[in-house]
Amino acid sequence: MVDLDLAPYVATAAEATERSRSWRAGIIRFCRRQPLGTVGLVLVLVMAVAGLLAEWIAPYSPTSNDFAAMTEPPSWAHLMGTDQFGRDLFSRIVFGARTALFVGFSCALLGGITGLVLGVASAYFGGRLDLLLQRVFDVVMAFPLIILALAVIAILGGGVHNVIVAITIPLIPRCARVVRSSALAIREMPYIDAARACGFGHTRIILRHMVPNVMAPFLIMLTAFVGQAILAEASLSYLGLGVQEPTPAWGLMLQGGAEEFASTAPWIAVFPGLAIALSVFGFSLFGDALRDAMDPKLRER
Amino acid sequence: MYRYVANRVLLAVPTLIGAAALVFVLMRLIPGDICLVRLGSGGGNVDPRTIAACHAELGLDRPVILQFVDFVWNFSRLDFGISMWSGKPVAEEIAARLPISLEIAVMATVFAILIAIPLGTISALKQNSWIDHVVRTVAIAGIATPSFWLGILSILAVLEISNAVFGAPWMPPIDYVPFWEDPLRNLSMAILPALTVGYRYAAVSMRMTRSAMLEVLREDYIRTARAKGLLERLVINRHALKNALLPVVTLIGIEFAFLIGGLVVTEQVFNLNGVGRLFVLAVQNQDYTLTQALVMLTVAIFVFANLAVDLLYAWLDPRIRFG
Repeated sequence: MVDLDLAPYVATAAEATERSRSWRAGIIRFCRRQPLGTVGLVLVLVMAVAGLLAEWIAPYSPTSNDFAAMTEPPSWAHLMGTDQFGRDLFSRIVFGARTALFVGFSCALLGGITGLVLGVASAYFGGRLDLLLQRVFDVVMAFPLIILALAVIAILGGGVHNVIVAITIPLIPRCARVVRSSALAIREMPYIDAARACGFGHTRIILRHMVPNVMAPFLIMLTAFVGQAILAEASLSYLGLGVQEPTPAWGLMLQGGAEEFASTAPWIAVFPGLAIALSVFGFSLFGDALRDAMDPKLRER
Repeated sequence: MYRYVANRVLLAVPTLIGAAALVFVLMRLIPGDICLVRLGSGGGNVDPRTIAACHAELGLDRPVILQFVDFVWNFSRLDFGISMWSGKPVAEEIAARLPISLEIAVMATVFAILIAIPLGTISALKQNSWIDHVVRTVAIAGIATPSFWLGILSILAVLEISNAVFGAPWMPPIDYVPFWEDPLRNLSMAILPALTVGYRYAAVSMRMTRSAMLEVLREDYIRTARAKGLLERLVINRHALKNALLPVVTLIGIEFAFLIGGLVVTEQVFNLNGVGRLFVLAVQNQDYTLTQALVMLTVAIFVFANLAVDLLYAWLDPRIRFG
């Protein structure tokens, strides 16, 4: 008979409820202290719901043309009107949220995690590797985000996946920089020396002892990255060098028709731009509030 | 001081060479043979001798390291080669379009500074008042609003207003006229794009001014200045603002790069024939010589803008000059 010692598991379960309660308390506290951040959170959630449940929310298919209803003004049948091909703008914006979120999160996660690994490794190992990586980051940072992304697109061509690669590359050094500077401070902590004295390997020290401690600045940066990536994707798509038709994308919706029909059908230009602005607005408000909430210096005030 | 300047100038060189290396590598990552692309990508058979001649012409038959040395040497002489798409020298193509982009960039910068520093300062002085909230909201909106959308909206607004006022729609002119030839026409063309790209610039600088100012106002020397009965105006202008502007100056230098990125999109909106539009065309037409020249030009502008900021910094802050 195996002796079952349930005590540690029971304790974990109790801790879990405790943690979920403190999570809820944390969210309530966040909402009360950061009203602007809450607005941001709500915008982000609305966008996430629209993107995830697009099929159920959108009344029409985002790609089907209705030539009987071209450039119709907003009405109950078409909440935001229709474009010059008779496509329902509201449905396209809802599906566009999915494209924007997909590109935004892919770029932020890919760029962020690569930057995290490079930044922590650079700080931890120091010496020549650090020096070399720093120079490489300097060089990549000398390219404005959009310019580097366009140069990559000149080589790879457009399309969702290439756009993700093109936006991810410039994000890597931006993340690595910030992570490195916090990791440098952590490297000097006694617990890192202790871990080394225990004979732990580099991988274990980096992953278990350093990475968790740079999580706060890292997560704040990730939120900012999602917003930046959404904006960059919209710009590239607007230039016709990003996401290609018929994929619904906000930047693409502003291309072509928006200016041509500016005076007769302004809704074609207004709603997609509003969607871009509100989503980026949401992510940056939320990110700012997250930073304030996590920064103990600001919390006291 | 001279040491510092020399140091900074010398530090810019490796960055430029590194950037050239990155562009060089990127341009060689193009899938397939660039000569095949050039000579007709129809899939038909191209005479191997023609390809070899093309390789020789572009110098692709030489060792890579020599190719790179040539690449850097040509760029440093402002010889960017021949545009693959128009057949004209790249330097000529860029020179024809530079004035308009430069004018918009300078106007946007001036606009941003004129707006950002006073508003940011007021916002910090009246922290948490309604003015502060308005300024902060306007600033965040400026960061979130895509400049091309703002451009489309401003065109829309101009159309509507001119229609209502004059009874006929008016659009800003799109062909470039130098300022000294027709100042009114020149300004009416440049002002909307400049405001559009400048808004984001102003918003970012405004936030920086505010937060730097808030930090400086908590310093002991501000309390000392107030305690000795100095006029509030002098405390703000002479003691607080001068110190708070240091990070703002840095930011303005860094954001200059974003401005160039913003121009790429804004020129498209306003149909202006500037360098940004040329860049989009180069990418669309897969004109690699033109693309690499424009990327290098942007990086060079960025590096020199930062160099200028560093030097300005040294002038503003004696600790750096003598440190």
